[in-house]
Amino acid sequence: MGTSKVLKKDEWLKVIEDLRKGYKVFVPTKEGDFHFFREYKDGIRPDLNFSNTRLSPKGLIYPQSERMFECPLSKDQEGAFILKESPKDFGPQLVVGIRPCDAYGFLIVKRNFDNPQYRDPWWVRRYESTTFVGLGCNEPCPTCFCNAAAGGPFGEEGLDLLMWDLGDEYLIKPITEKGSNLLAKVEGKEAQDGEIKEAESLKKESQKKMDFSFDITPLKNKAQLELFNEPYWEDVAFSCINCGTCTYLCPTCWCFDIQDEVYKNHCDRIRNWDSCMFPLFTLHGSGHNPREKKFQRVRQRFMHKLKYYVDKYGNGIQCSGCGRCVRYCPVNIDIRNVIGLMCG
Amino acid sequence: MIRYTEKIRERARELLGQGKVDVFIGYKKGTVPLMNQPVMIKRAEDVDQLLWDSNCCLNLANYLTKRTEKIGIVANGCNSRNIVIHILENQIKRDQLYILGIPCEGTIDHRAVLRAADNQELLGYSEDGKEFTIRGAGFEKTLKKEEFLRTNCKTCQHRNPVIYDELLGDPVPENTEVDPFSDVKGLETQPPEKKWSFFQNLISKCIRCYACRNACPLCYCPTCFVDESKPQWVGKSIDPIDTMTFHILRAYHCAGRCTDCGACERVCPVAIPMRQFTKKLNKDAKELFDWEAGLTLETRPLFDFYKTSDYNEFIY
Ligand code: SF4
Ligand code: SF4
Ligand code: SF4
Ligand code: SF4
Repeated sequence: MGTSKVLKKDEWLKVIEDLRKGYKVFVPTKEGDFHFFREYKDGIRPDLNFSNTRLSPKGLIYPQSERMFECPLSKDQEGAFILKESPKDFGPQLVVGIRPCDAYGFLIVKRNFDNPQYRDPWWVRRYESTTFVGLGCNEPCPTCFCNAAAGGPFGEEGLDLLMWDLGDEYLIKPITEKGSNLLAKVEGKEAQDGEIKEAESLKKESQKKMDFSFDITPLKNKAQLELFNEPYWEDVAFSCINCGTCTYLCPTCWCFDIQDEVYKNHCDRIRNWDSCMFPLFTLHGSGHNPREKKFQRVRQRFMHKLKYYVDKYGNGIQCSGCGRCVRYCPVNIDIRNVIGLMCG
Repeated sequence: MIRYTEKIRERARELLGQGKVDVFIGYKKGTVPLMNQPVMIKRAEDVDQLLWDSNCCLNLANYLTKRTEKIGIVANGCNSRNIVIHILENQIKRDQLYILGIPCEGTIDHRAVLRAADNQELLGYSEDGKEFTIRGAGFEKTLKKEEFLRTNCKTCQHRNPVIYDELLGDPVPENTEVDPFSDVKGLETQPPEKKWSFFQNLISKCIRCYACRNACPLCYCPTCFVDESKPQWVGKSIDPIDTMTFHILRAYHCAGRCTDCGACERVCPVAIPMRQFTKKLNKDAKELFDWEAGLTLETRPLFDFYKTSDYNEFIY
């Protein structure tokens, strides 16, 4: 896939700035105490000196709220009551500084949103028009476990380019043709053996720091009902407050709800993120709720990520090990412990 | 504060062992430093999981709603006040509870602590009296607890439990010097547009995860107004109007009931200081009706009764 290049940090940031001419560029930027991906406009300061963004970048492909269709509602208007697709932006996007876990997270979602049976047109178009420039993790967080769940702190899958932080410089490695074409246009010196070795050793050192591992075999082999009926779910769920933190922050949770909203003579059909932790998620029109109890909802989240997904797609768990739910669950429900229980 | 841990374990062991309670609700050490986990212990042999330190920030009254067992529970000042409210509002019965009261020396603001560690993740936490120590990859710092108290703890006026069966230590002096409402007073002097933009700005990052609502022991409604679908009162997108509607209505549902325990603020994944909404109402309750929520079982709650001396200037 072409050769890697090495650029001084400020040179590379200048390249990114210039790329705003051809792309909508998204960069991590610090707001308050933590980082968010924001569109790189004037006044936004990209900050690649970060551990990870508080929210995953999933919203860049799949916004939290998105207008799908709309229609006028008064009879005398043309097209009344007939939903038409709302205009959407599918122009080229460039995401710079995405962590390997989050880039891999999109691949996990892709298996569900882009497969021979179902195809989510908007997710797919936006994903395909996006170029991902990853930043490997020299210092993985103690709560991350991408080595066990995805490709590790320098995992390449799902990225077009991967950057290594070499101190004063970035080594930039092309992963896909898309990435390679982009990098070819960038002026910079080719990576030398010494730099490539340094990058390799940073990767090894980083991987060594990650200590969580698990074997997926029991998750595959145990029957769904066996896991479903385990006695530990009530204890796992006790502290849970059924908020949206874990699922909304997660790069791999994909569930949504579709709502019609009416304002004056206009109706919008909106798709919003939803969460299996909310009681409303499964409430039927009849009033019956098959997941009425908290422990059933908690069980659903883990069974989906660690069993149903495993069985359905035969390609790992529905988790990229980004560690967000571990860090930000306000009551410390730690998916690593649940993996341990389910594998035990 | 850590000194309470042994006493909690000892009493929980006895209470469970003697069958005085069926379950015991307290905190245990989390897998992430600064994050303790509410836990329900069912067997005397498991009590050694229980712990008390400066990271016990979730409000345990939240876990009592409509439970039917006999329950042992630890409660510091604010948690005990929410237990009072739960009893008054018929969410639990007094005689179902055995309360181990904890005179509280305040809990710490995990965000401020992480800031002091340049927002690097921690590997370890320990505390000793008025100081605590954090440890991360390549650093260790010892910090003074009083400089890292949560903002609600800094101005708390009821650190001693108001209801208990046993007190696990000598009462601590109450902090009556500070003005709990200085921030609200600042805002009150602003013109309406400034207030509006203050609150718009305050919630601009809200992702509608409802962690604040769900961590609040007052928010026990079987169906919250934001979840009603027949009719639907509030839109579900992140339209700022809907988000604001959620916050303002939630705050009003807490009027005269909020104890400023800070659980809402503690749990927010994007660090929104939404206590600015409830604090204004707490101030009004105090100034207009001389009311502080959850202090006693003897009086009906603010909105349950009427006194001729009540503030009524708004009635014409
Ligand atoms: S597991 Fe944690 S983050 Fe997820 S819903 Fe429960 S309390 Fe919220
Ligand atoms: S389940 Fe948790 S650790 Fe896994 S990808 Fe989602 S937020 Fe990250
Ligand atoms: S864990 Fe829950 S919210 Fe996430 S994708 Fe699965 S069902 Fe949806
Ligand atoms: S916890 Fe924070 S993000 Fe979640 S609904 Fe409340 S204010 Fe919004």
